[in-house]
Amino acid sequence: MLTIENLQANVSDKNILKGLNLEIKPGEVHAIMGPNGAGKSTLGHVLAGRDGYEVTGGSVTLEGKDLLALACEERAREGVFLAFQYPVEIPGVSNMEFLKASVDAVRTHRELPAWDAVSFMKKAREACKAVNLDQQFLKRGVNEGFSGGEKKRNEIMQMMLLEPKIAILDETDSGLDIDALQVVANGVNALRSPERSFIVVTHYQRLLDYIVPDYVHVLADGKIVKSGDKNLALELEEKGYGWLEGESA
Amino acid sequence: MTSTPLHAAIAAGSTLTSHATTKIADVQNAAAHAWAQTPWPTRKTEAWKYTPLKALEKGEYFIPAAKSTLSADALKQFAINRLEAFTLVFIDGHFCAEQSDDLTQLPTGMTIEHLDDASNLEQFNKAAGEHATLFGELNTATINTALVINVAKNAQITQPVNVLNVASANAPCLANARILWQQAPHSKATLVEHFVSTQDSQVFTNSITELFVGENAQCEHYRLHLEDEANLHIGGVYSHVHKHARLNSFYLAMGANLQRVDVVTQFEGEGAEAVNNGVYLPRNKQLVDFHTCIEHKVPHCNSNEIFRGIIGDSARAVFNGRIHIHKDAQKTLAELSNKNLLTSNKAEVNTKPELEIYADDVRCAHGATIAELDALAMHYLRTRGISQEEAQVMLSFGFINELIEQLNNTAIVEYLRPVIAQRFAKKPEFLESLIHEALV
Ligand SMILES: Nc1ncnc2c1ncn2[C@@H]1O[C@H](COP(=O)(O)OP(=O)(O)OP(=O)(O)O)[C@@H](O)[C@H]1O
Ligand SMILES: [Mg+2]
Repeated sequence: MLTIENLQANVSDKNILKGLNLEIKPGEVHAIMGPNGAGKSTLGHVLAGRDGYEVTGGSVTLEGKDLLALACEERAREGVFLAFQYPVEIPGVSNMEFLKASVDAVRTHRELPAWDAVSFMKKAREACKAVNLDQQFLKRGVNEGFSGGEKKRNEIMQMMLLEPKIAILDETDSGLDIDALQVVANGVNALRSPERSFIVVTHYQRLLDYIVPDYVHVLADGKIVKSGDKNLALELEEKGYGWLEGESA
Repeated sequence: MTSTPLHAAIAAGSTLTSHATTKIADVQNAAAHAWAQTPWPTRKTEAWKYTPLKALEKGEYFIPAAKSTLSADALKQFAINRLEAFTLVFIDGHFCAEQSDDLTQLPTGMTIEHLDDASNLEQFNKAAGEHATLFGELNTATINTALVINVAKNAQITQPVNVLNVASANAPCLANARILWQQAPHSKATLVEHFVSTQDSQVFTNSITELFVGENAQCEHYRLHLEDEANLHIGGVYSHVHKHARLNSFYLAMGANLQRVDVVTQFEGEGAEAVNNGVYLPRNKQLVDFHTCIEHKVPHCNSNEIFRGIIGDSARAVFNGRIHIHKDAQKTLAELSNKNLLTSNKAEVNTKPELEIYADDVRCAHGATIAELDALAMHYLRTRGISQEEAQVMLSFGFINELIEQLNNTAIVEYLRPVIAQRFAKKPEFLESLIHEALV
């Protein structure tokens, strides 16, 4: 599904990703953990195509297609979804209007049948319900005045409507209360399918009790320094990241 | 340039409509005199510095508009659905009784009189005071018909009054629009001033609205400029807000090639509040000019003003926001914000807050900026598959919609959303998602 080879990227002329490799097969869930400032969010932004994140080497392919050659919106239409660590507030643009424009763009590109207004509304309401957001959130400005947890749930709601091929969840669990964590996990699990893959960036092993990963990776200083199965997360929880320094060398 | 055809005409006293009461005739004569004495604005006239009046200088726009009619069918396109207003129709400045609602069937607590036989003219032509302009004098001097709308003490009128001003003449002419709105203490009412035009019209609308909001009264006021671009509009809204009263005004300027609106709000009693918000969206070669002035004459009043504009093509906008806090106006709270978005490199804006503060215990915040679309918001939309082009449309619309959403009258909101969305959405599919909110 997604193949990342020797990816190197700069932000403001500073080298952040330093040769990152990752192979994600359809249906797999990969958790990425790692210390603050390691480059986890940078990876998400590079994959999503944010301006100012300059790829200086390596390649990324999505189902064999060169992802890095595509504009940000084209990647989204091809099926890349990034749930932001810090979702953006857009006052004046209603969530509804935003979702409709987004769903239309993605479905048109994938040559899927368009949802008319009525079925769109129905889907949007269902998605709200699934993440336990009141329907009133559809009327409000995008993320405008949403609490931290509401913003994260709004991201998951968008993911449900857009049905991506690869979803990157950047600390979607941080700032969530225990119930909301379960809601988000259920949302993700409901979308798990043999055709869809996930990268779940988190600092807490707890999330991985709910969203059980196939692989756990440690990203440190711009590289994957260790990979393992779900037990690696438990080990990290216990030992922290310090012991890995020796291994990565 | 001190002599236009109308200057000459007024000087000769020939175009004055002879009004019944000597009182009005006196006021008109004085106005005619003032008009004749006031020099024509040039680029050196501070208040008109950025607003050339070339279009008017040929003089053809000073020929008083003839009385004409329009069928009910022709007026249908201007209806504001669900507003369920009491509608008064003016065509080229002439009151059109046939197309207006029946003046004998007014909401309880409201009376509407013609200026000529108004029972109380105490406040007529008193709202502007020192702020009166050349064009205000012209309006006063040459009024055809003016209506005096009174709201009785304690009357809580939910039905809005919709004054529909239609520009229809297809040769240049002058249409004077004039409203005197008087709310007695503790009353509540809504005034909608809706300026529109029929195809091929070429009218110079010269409008004056006087609003008197009595003690503890509440006035909700909407003024929508939606004429076609072949028309011109110079107008003034002068209001007096009395003790503990509240005025809530919203301005939309989308129409006419030249639009100048003077908004002057004066606090006449303590504890009063005024909100003047507005949106302007000039395109092509349109020029929009808002000159606003808040006179904080007494203590403990709050004023809040937010104007936002998007200026496209070769259009220009002028915003001059004056806040005048008098010596005695302690504990004043005054806020003013003006944000402009330029969507073409030929578009221009001149924005200037003008603060004059003579009291020391006040809070006054102001800001005038030329903004850009938020790059992060743009990026976020694109990560959801939305094209850059559509994202621009959505964010521009959002910038304006923030103010539209705040309006109290939902019928007006529903009416304006598609009107404004149409201005931004170059493609029909964009339009659809912009007005989608109505579905929820
Ligand atoms: N615009 C920028 N200019 C300079 N440095 C930047 C910029 N953006 C990010 N960085 C740096 O890049 C590094 C990686 O940041 P990134 O956000 O990817 O870390 P992270 O692994 O997601 O950390 P966290 O766990 O705290 O979210 C950090 O050292 C950060 O300061
Ligand atoms: Mg991060």
